[in-house]
Amino acid sequence: MSGRTHLGMPSFPDASRTSTRNTTLRANLGHATRTIRGKRDRAVAELADWDRLRAAGAAVKDRTLRHLDHYLEQLEERVTAAGGRVHWAPDAAAARRIVTDLVRATGEREVLKVKSMATQEIGLNTALRQAGIAAYETDLAELIVQLGDDLPSHILVPAIHRNRAEIREIFTTRMGDWGRPAPEGLGDDPAELAEAARRHLREKFLRARVAVSGANFMVAETGTLVVVESEGNGRMCLTLPETLISVVGIEKVVPTWQDLEIYLQLLPRSSTAERMNPYTSTWTGTTDGDGPREFHLVLLDNGRTDTLADTVGRQVLRCIRCSACLNVCPVYERAGGHAYGSPYPGPIGAVLTPQLRGTGTALDASLPFASSLCGACYDVCPVAIDIPEVLVHLRERVVEGGPATVRGTRTTIRPAAGHAAERAAMRAATWLLDHPGALRSGQRLAARTRRLHPRRLPGPGAAWTATRDLPRVPAESFRDWWRRNRPEEGTDR
Amino acid sequence: MRVALFVTCVNDTLYPDTGRAVVTLLRRLGVEVDFPAAQTCCGQPQFNTGYRRQAEPLMRRYARAFAGYDHIVTPSGSCAAMVRDNYPRMGRRARAEGRGGHLAELAEEVVPRTWELTEFLVDVLGVTDVGAYFPYPVTYHPTCHGLRLLRLGDRPQRLLSQVRGLELVPLTGAEECCGFGGTFAVKNPAVSSAMGDDKAGHIRRTGAPVVCAVDNSCLMHIGGILGRQGAGTRPVHLAEILAATEEQPYGGPR
Amino acid sequence: MSAREEILGRVRRALADVPAAEKPGDVPVVRDYLRVHDELTPGQAARLLAENLAEYRAVVHRTDTAGIPGRVAASLAARGSRRVVVPAGLPEEWLSAAGPEVERVPDAPDLGPRELDAVDTVVTGCAVAVAETGTLVLDAGPAQGSRRITLVPDHHICVVRAPDQVVCSVGQALERLDPARPLTWISGPSATSDIELSRVEGVHGPRLLEVVLATDR
Repeated sequence: MSGRTHLGMPSFPDASRTSTRNTTLRANLGHATRTIRGKRDRAVAELADWDRLRAAGAAVKDRTLRHLDHYLEQLEERVTAAGGRVHWAPDAAAARRIVTDLVRATGEREVLKVKSMATQEIGLNTALRQAGIAAYETDLAELIVQLGDDLPSHILVPAIHRNRAEIREIFTTRMGDWGRPAPEGLGDDPAELAEAARRHLREKFLRARVAVSGANFMVAETGTLVVVESEGNGRMCLTLPETLISVVGIEKVVPTWQDLEIYLQLLPRSSTAERMNPYTSTWTGTTDGDGPREFHLVLLDNGRTDTLADTVGRQVLRCIRCSACLNVCPVYERAGGHAYGSPYPGPIGAVLTPQLRGTGTALDASLPFASSLCGACYDVCPVAIDIPEVLVHLRERVVEGGPATVRGTRTTIRPAAGHAAERAAMRAATWLLDHPGALRSGQRLAARTRRLHPRRLPGPGAAWTATRDLPRVPAESFRDWWRRNRPEEGTDR
Repeated sequence: MRVALFVTCVNDTLYPDTGRAVVTLLRRLGVEVDFPAAQTCCGQPQFNTGYRRQAEPLMRRYARAFAGYDHIVTPSGSCAAMVRDNYPRMGRRARAEGRGGHLAELAEEVVPRTWELTEFLVDVLGVTDVGAYFPYPVTYHPTCHGLRLLRLGDRPQRLLSQVRGLELVPLTGAEECCGFGGTFAVKNPAVSSAMGDDKAGHIRRTGAPVVCAVDNSCLMHIGGILGRQGAGTRPVHLAEILAATEEQPYGGPR
Repeated sequence: MSAREEILGRVRRALADVPAAEKPGDVPVVRDYLRVHDELTPGQAARLLAENLAEYRAVVHRTDTAGIPGRVAASLAARGSRRVVVPAGLPEEWLSAAGPEVERVPDAPDLGPRELDAVDTVVTGCAVAVAETGTLVLDAGPAQGSRRITLVPDHHICVVRAPDQVVCSVGQALERLDPARPLTWISGPSATSDIELSRVEGVHGPRLLEVVLATDR
């Protein structure tokens, strides 16, 4: 069972130094993201009103977030009225405890899982294992990750870093440890691999009595939960067991049933690049004779209210986890998802993780810098999260500190360690740039000594010259050329 | 019409030819351009690295240096985007922090007057044929800030397509970032270089001897990688191509 | 303080910037997106539904009401189906052309996953179908039965009556549906793109989805 966690992982620059040299990973990711990018562009281009849908998708989420307390109370009331039970989890530990206790109360020792970012985030599988409960991932990619004792590296396709040959190897060597082994002579054709997964999981689905899921949306006015999927493993988990436990972030609520008409168009086209995903399930509480007899909804905070408190960072809570931003990100494509050290990789992870977890570790403090600010993520985001804006905002929190909400308490955080020299250099640069005369002197000094400049720099400059030549300093700055040619003009102020 | 050149700190210090090219080009089009010497830097490196408050004196300097001009023209997509997108943002933040509306007013005042060079040529002057001559194959790298923040669209290509002798060679993966990203290039050198290697590879495979862009900082990164690879491809700012004529052909870096 | 009060308290403190007098409806939401993407005649909508279903590898048969029994019987025969789950409210005539060798298994509360696993085919109707996306929606109502009967058997035959049950857009479908009922939206057979993002049809849900699109004018 997968015991790996993201704890104690290196900073993004350190992790990506290794991952960018992994040619198999680079090839797998390059192939996969190029494929999905093209498909997504075509799926989006089909809808003439995409920009209006996108704006509405953002606006509905903003309305929800600005009145989140109202919608959460409404949701709770409707879910309860429909026969569900609502639990509130301020943090990951509380959520783990609630779920573990609920499973224990059923007397079962195993649970099936639908792919869920929230349960990844809280480390549920490890907690269940420690309680003697086996948790089986049923999404194909999550199964690959779990069997391979690996970590997910993509929101939609957690095993995107694996190619078919690697997956065949994992199935052949590991499936038997978990249940039905892979068939003899398993090939690496995706259809054959999917068939092996079907056979491996079938028995588990048919005997399952407890399942754990997340949800893509929760409708406040009706108490309805929505799960969007492709394989049917979600339907299996949502309908066959007697007990269903859904762990859902509080930001997943939308006000009305009608609002789904926006998101059920935005999400499939942005994520799998389909007009509609094969299966969408919606349920409201429990239904006699159809589906689970017990339904528990665990509402998860775990840093979301801290994010909500930041008026710039709040927009990140609009995210519908489509992963379009990962698929277009040149940094993600080269560094790979593991370098982000969290279940949320890529651009969205770089703005979500440091808000959910804070910027206290070297890894979390490095995430806002894991971007060239190229803006491709903002362009494709179906709910118009200005990811570059939030990245820069969080960089400020890292280098300068300032007001932030941590675990519900308003506080002033100190700058992250390791930025003192940079801060001093920035202040010096600002002073120089605010004194054109001094700038001119500096330029002249650089020009006079230009033949002495080394080709490779020591210290921090080596980060540049290890792979790139330095530009030659010209004999004369533009400023001096202008003055020489226009002596009558231009005084430094 | 009073037009000021905002040359930018990078061009001023490292690429004065680009500034000279803008002067030559605009003068040829009948636009007399000034260089207010109080200008320095838009504050983009500070802002994008998280030192927003350090960018504020530079924003004030920008507004002061360019007061009284009808148009401020800059041969840098990212510096134009800094002014247009981030100055208003800095103003809003200062106001939200209870520091008054002064910065917000400055932003409102400079944003509508600030133009990236190709915008100024196409939108303000209304020209796409600037009478240039550049008899080489050229590939064009649309920089991220030009593409996605300024939405320059095909303005640069329209200008290039009118240059006599120039053959525009399409670039694979053109819209993908080159990996420069300001301080990103030194904070995440492995990923930055990996992105730059891919970009340089695409550029080399065009076979064009020249790659051009609207931003010298991206070209510095791309050129640095091409140079280290020993490639003969030369990075040239778009302004220098547009400034070249039969009478005064492109002379290369001096 | 309960966890509930703790979270709601944090939410309220986090929203200190929201004016106390602001109501949810005060936050502007412009719904100027399209109600439908193309104004389609009923015939065009049915055709688009068929095209989109087929693109995602559902097998679509066009017929009229009178043709349903024959078409269902032919599909069962082609598959060699001997045991068929029948939801309550399924029009009797739909299976009237299937021979006596085909055993009808009624949907019932004690029809569990294992029993369903021993069934070849399920025949249902639907609540509504969405042309623009190629989607069938089942709402557990008459002729549809519980969610599990269209999940465990490997072969699903779904009868859609056009034009009555066909709408153009997702929004139009939502309007017709009752959120209190458990809904299953189906767009083609189950599928995965988890291996190198190449699409494979047929994972855990029914691997063969046949749609009998019965159009009467």
